Amino acid sequence: MNQLSRRRFLKISGATIAASTAVTSLGSVVKGAKKIEEKTGTSIKGVQKIPTYCSMCFWKCSAIGYVKDGKLWKIEGNPEDPLSNGRLCPRGTGGVGAHYDPDRLKYPLIRKGKRGEEKWVHVTWDEAFEFIAKKMNKIKKNYGAESLGFFSHGIGGGFIKHLLKAYGTRNIAAPSFDQCLGPRDTAFEITYGDVIGGPERTDIENAKCIVLLGSHIGENMHNTQVQEFSKAVENGASIIVVDPRLSTAATKAKYYLPIKPGTDLALLLTWMNVLISENLYDKEYIDKYAFGFEQLKAEVSQYTPEWAYPITGIQPNVIRETAREMARYKPSTLVHPGRHSVWYGDDTQRGRALAIMSALLGNWGRKGGLINQDVFDIPSYPYPKYPETTREKADNPNHKYPFGGAEGYTTGLREATLTEKPYPIKGWFVYGTNLLYSLPNMQETIDAIQKLDLLVVIDVVPSEIAGYADVVLPESVYLERYDELFAPYFKQPFVSLRQPVIDAPNDQKPGWWIAKQLGHKLGLDKYFPWKNAEEYLDTRLKKAGLSLEIMKKKGVVKGPKIPLYFEEGMDAEFDTPTGKIELYSMHLAKEGYDPIPKFTKHAEPPAGSFRLLFGRAPMHSFSRTQTNRLLTNVMDENEVWINADIAKNYGLKSGDYIKLKNQDGVISNKIKVKATERIRTDCVYIVHGFGHNSRMLKGAYHKGASDSQLITKYKIDPLMGGTGMNINFVTFETEV
Amino acid sequence: MFEITTTRHNHLIDPILHAWTWQIPVYLFLGGLVAGMMIISGFFLFRGRHKEESCSCFYLPYISFIILSVGMLFLFLDLEHKQYVWRLYTTFQITSPMSWGAWILILVYPILLANMILRVPKSVVKKIPKIEEFSKKILEHKWAVKNIGIINMLLGAMVGMYTGILLSSLGARPLWSSAVLWMLFLVSGLSGAAAFVHLIAKNDYERKLLAKSDNGFLVIELFVIAMMIIGLLTSSSSHMAAAILLLNGPYASVFWVFVVGMGIVIPLFIQLLAVNQKIHHTPIAPIMVIVGGLILRFVIVSAGQLSHWF
Amino acid sequence: MARYGMVIDTKKCVGCTDCVIACETENNVPEGFARDWIEQIAVGKFPDTTVEIRSERCNHCSDAPCVTCCPTGASHHSDLGGIVLVTPNECIGCKACIESCPYGARFVNPEGYVEKCTFCIHRVKEGKDPACVSVCPTHCMHFGDLDDPNSEVSKLLQKRRNHSLIPEAGTNPNIFYLT
Repeated sequence: MNQLSRRRFLKISGATIAASTAVTSLGSVVKGAKKIEEKTGTSIKGVQKIPTYCSMCFWKCSAIGYVKDGKLWKIEGNPEDPLSNGRLCPRGTGGVGAHYDPDRLKYPLIRKGKRGEEKWVHVTWDEAFEFIAKKMNKIKKNYGAESLGFFSHGIGGGFIKHLLKAYGTRNIAAPSFDQCLGPRDTAFEITYGDVIGGPERTDIENAKCIVLLGSHIGENMHNTQVQEFSKAVENGASIIVVDPRLSTAATKAKYYLPIKPGTDLALLLTWMNVLISENLYDKEYIDKYAFGFEQLKAEVSQYTPEWAYPITGIQPNVIRETAREMARYKPSTLVHPGRHSVWYGDDTQRGRALAIMSALLGNWGRKGGLINQDVFDIPSYPYPKYPETTREKADNPNHKYPFGGAEGYTTGLREATLTEKPYPIKGWFVYGTNLLYSLPNMQETIDAIQKLDLLVVIDVVPSEIAGYADVVLPESVYLERYDELFAPYFKQPFVSLRQPVIDAPNDQKPGWWIAKQLGHKLGLDKYFPWKNAEEYLDTRLKKAGLSLEIMKKKGVVKGPKIPLYFEEGMDAEFDTPTGKIELYSMHLAKEGYDPIPKFTKHAEPPAGSFRLLFGRAPMHSFSRTQTNRLLTNVMDENEVWINADIAKNYGLKSGDYIKLKNQDGVISNKIKVKATERIRTDCVYIVHGFGHNSRMLKGAYHKGASDSQLITKYKIDPLMGGTGMNINFVTFETEV
Repeated sequence: MFEITTTRHNHLIDPILHAWTWQIPVYLFLGGLVAGMMIISGFFLFRGRHKEESCSCFYLPYISFIILSVGMLFLFLDLEHKQYVWRLYTTFQITSPMSWGAWILILVYPILLANMILRVPKSVVKKIPKIEEFSKKILEHKWAVKNIGIINMLLGAMVGMYTGILLSSLGARPLWSSAVLWMLFLVSGLSGAAAFVHLIAKNDYERKLLAKSDNGFLVIELFVIAMMIIGLLTSSSSHMAAAILLLNGPYASVFWVFVVGMGIVIPLFIQLLAVNQKIHHTPIAPIMVIVGGLILRFVIVSAGQLSHWF
Repeated sequence: MARYGMVIDTKKCVGCTDCVIACETENNVPEGFARDWIEQIAVGKFPDTTVEIRSERCNHCSDAPCVTCCPTGASHHSDLGGIVLVTPNECIGCKACIESCPYGARFVNPEGYVEKCTFCIHRVKEGKDPACVSVCPTHCMHFGDLDDPNSEVSKLLQKRRNHSLIPEAGTNPNIFYLT
């Protein structure tokens, strides 16, 4: 460390931090905020309404922040927003708590001590940038710019991505692919030549029959999906839920199939068998648009309901009845393609099965099925060309994963860092993702980090990954900053603006500022020709016939309506080798993979242990909202769902605390038991994101247990590198 | 299997209602004692026992004054918004037994004063000599003394009954939903007061009378408790469950051993032997009665908050 | 006078707690407390378990025991639709009302007075719905005049099977759950 003046050694313990920013437990969230040094820009009397878009998850609904007498009061939806229709989800409504979070990052920090010790020196931004720039220049000189990797999640990472591309690296990856929707989008791209996307191209509100395999809409709180699902329920849609756990969606289902975990592919193939053998599929649609039907028919003929019964635990007549139910409402039968699909390592093939089912029901391009999406095009900022890279990306050497890759392979990049093959990765920037909780096997991530000369973490809360960083840069929360424009592919194209609603309370800064300042230190000013975010945004908006002024008032502007279905004019074109929907995949056959999915059995938990399943709660996002006091007020710890009979056998009842131990001997923090009649006997379920071990996350420290900690085993999908994580088995440690 | 989960965790409400803690049972106990003492003192006045020099009717009102004030202090301590306590006295809410109680307790003071004035302490006489004259004058008027006795009995009864009515009007707590709760508190207060006055009585007649009366009150109390339980057991399932809390549930041991056993049956037995001159009078029995009365109120208030509609 | 109440569709409710959080911010509810909450009741044996999910709050009962038991009149029915309110500077914090509520809907604000759901009367006065109703992403909550046969809430009650909570407590609650 060098030339650091004005140091304040901060050993993270209760006393030192608590002093200036404590919020008394009985004071209101708003009252407590008075103790945080707030530099309110304008103490205007009365209520101001400032439109922006949310960042509590990745749906990015437009919102309106209400500021009363200069203080953030509440957040409501923007009625013009096609995603939320004016109603935010609980995280969005609770965004006020992100601004007032007493545990949020306040100042730039430089590590003093070993990685993971959580010992810091509080520095100025300039000192932090000097430190980073020096290290980055060293990496460039000794290893090449490509030896810097970037893990990012969230739209705010865009400016940092731009900076790092200008610096000269292309090693950029997002966990949303390998750890989430990668298998699904890869499968649909292979089958239809296009992805499902996010927001998904699902026409839930018009579906007359909805099939959910593991998708726990209602606990998974992607706003548009939940709103449309509830509309479908109101309209009497037939809901079929396939889930080892009786999810919230399952409580509204006409058919609930308590499937044995790991056997969904068997069920899907059997449904195809029934649809084909009983002539229930959409023949006209298949004849017109699909390729490979005869091969499919031949392949699935072996998957009879009688065959599926012992494998899935679902009775043959139920399999037939549900297949017939789906056919009854086709093409308005939506077999939901899911989102987080990294389960067992054969997930792209399961995604293929979902894609094939959709084709057999004829729902792609039809009302109630998978529909058209388009984008409100805002031209990019005219930057100079990025420097050429000489080496291939490190995350997928020799094209090991033949498919996917648009978002980079996170596990591949981690692997490259660990093995130094194809070349060493010596620096990481991590934006808005708690890698220790998003990537499977924490120890591998920690080992990879130890190989780095530089780890920079940019975040809003001191997540566990921040504990390992060399430099932690506190970004202002979304309510306090300008950001990239949001214009997604959606059934109603639109563009929305993020603008500051309230000032950041401490020394937090927006991502665009961080990128520009660091760019300056690195001599990359030519890539940051705009003075500030406003100039950047206005330039782009003006090119699209809008302006910053208009956007600041409206928040969101819709594009013209687009045709949603084939019958309305949606292109019935498929970017596949045959130009048709490939039930039989030419891509896969060429690369030597099963062109039609085959069922393979997955290892089952040994006697006395349970498969660990995980999911979402509607009031939290990932592992980053557990210190938001508005959200912890409704849920401040997770519970382990254990079948009531199993719990009884172990002498456990709801409210008891136990620890979970996995097959590799890793023991979790203690977690509350939920003995319930809502889950099978062979698995347990916990909500992801709890069990924090970062002492800086005082409101969340040791509350609940972490599934990420227990996910030491994972199976990589050979097609696109996705990490199947549902393969860990746990036993109960009742002595806590 | 029946699983209920809630996101609510309000302090004092969840997981079990405990908004009223020790201050309320202690007040109920002290108020009950005062009620009993006012009735006993008033009764002696009514019967002309003021002619007896050592009659307890002269010093009981002073004790009542102090104990009632202590009780009201505890009531005040229980309030969460103490600076607005005066709001009790800017209105009368006819549907609220607590409003009745607020006014009854205020009225009690002048009525106690009327009893107190029948014998004024020497220190006060020294300061205000005229008072002794006034006191003697009232004592001569049989009619005045009699009526002072009557209003003391009346207000004492009101103090002793209204708290039971108050609790029984809170229908959300099935345990308290009994038409005899006012009777239970009244007779328990009388029993405790009789035990107490028996202990401090300055003459033999009163000592004996109060022991006999206490036995009577204890028998009635036992009967009232039985009626209360029977009433609950023959009502709705929520009320049955409330009764079970005492009979068989988490409060069973305290209820049977301390409230019924130590508070009623055992002292009754001892005192019966004593009044029939089989054994000497002992302070153990009345002390048991008094402590049992305190425990009864703790059990009723605590178990009542645990009881709820399903 | 109107009789304000709510009709909540449990079939659509997903128990997301948006209603709880919206109320917290709209009404500056003290941290750690909630004026409304989500209850989930599961009955039966797996996999035939049925679950009812409910957003609950003060029921603004027509025969509210919390109003009759209040010794100062702080707890009262508003002229606006009979909404049950507490006037903070008339409340002495005796907690009789808390003991009288079968639903556990009230709590003591750290400043000493008793607090609970007000049907966002400040919003109702402006012709808006309560915050919880306005925010609900599944549109499962409805607010209106139960005595107006043409109101949305009245029509829903005529059309759909519904129940209120603990009707046997005799308080005549004004929140109904569609099943």
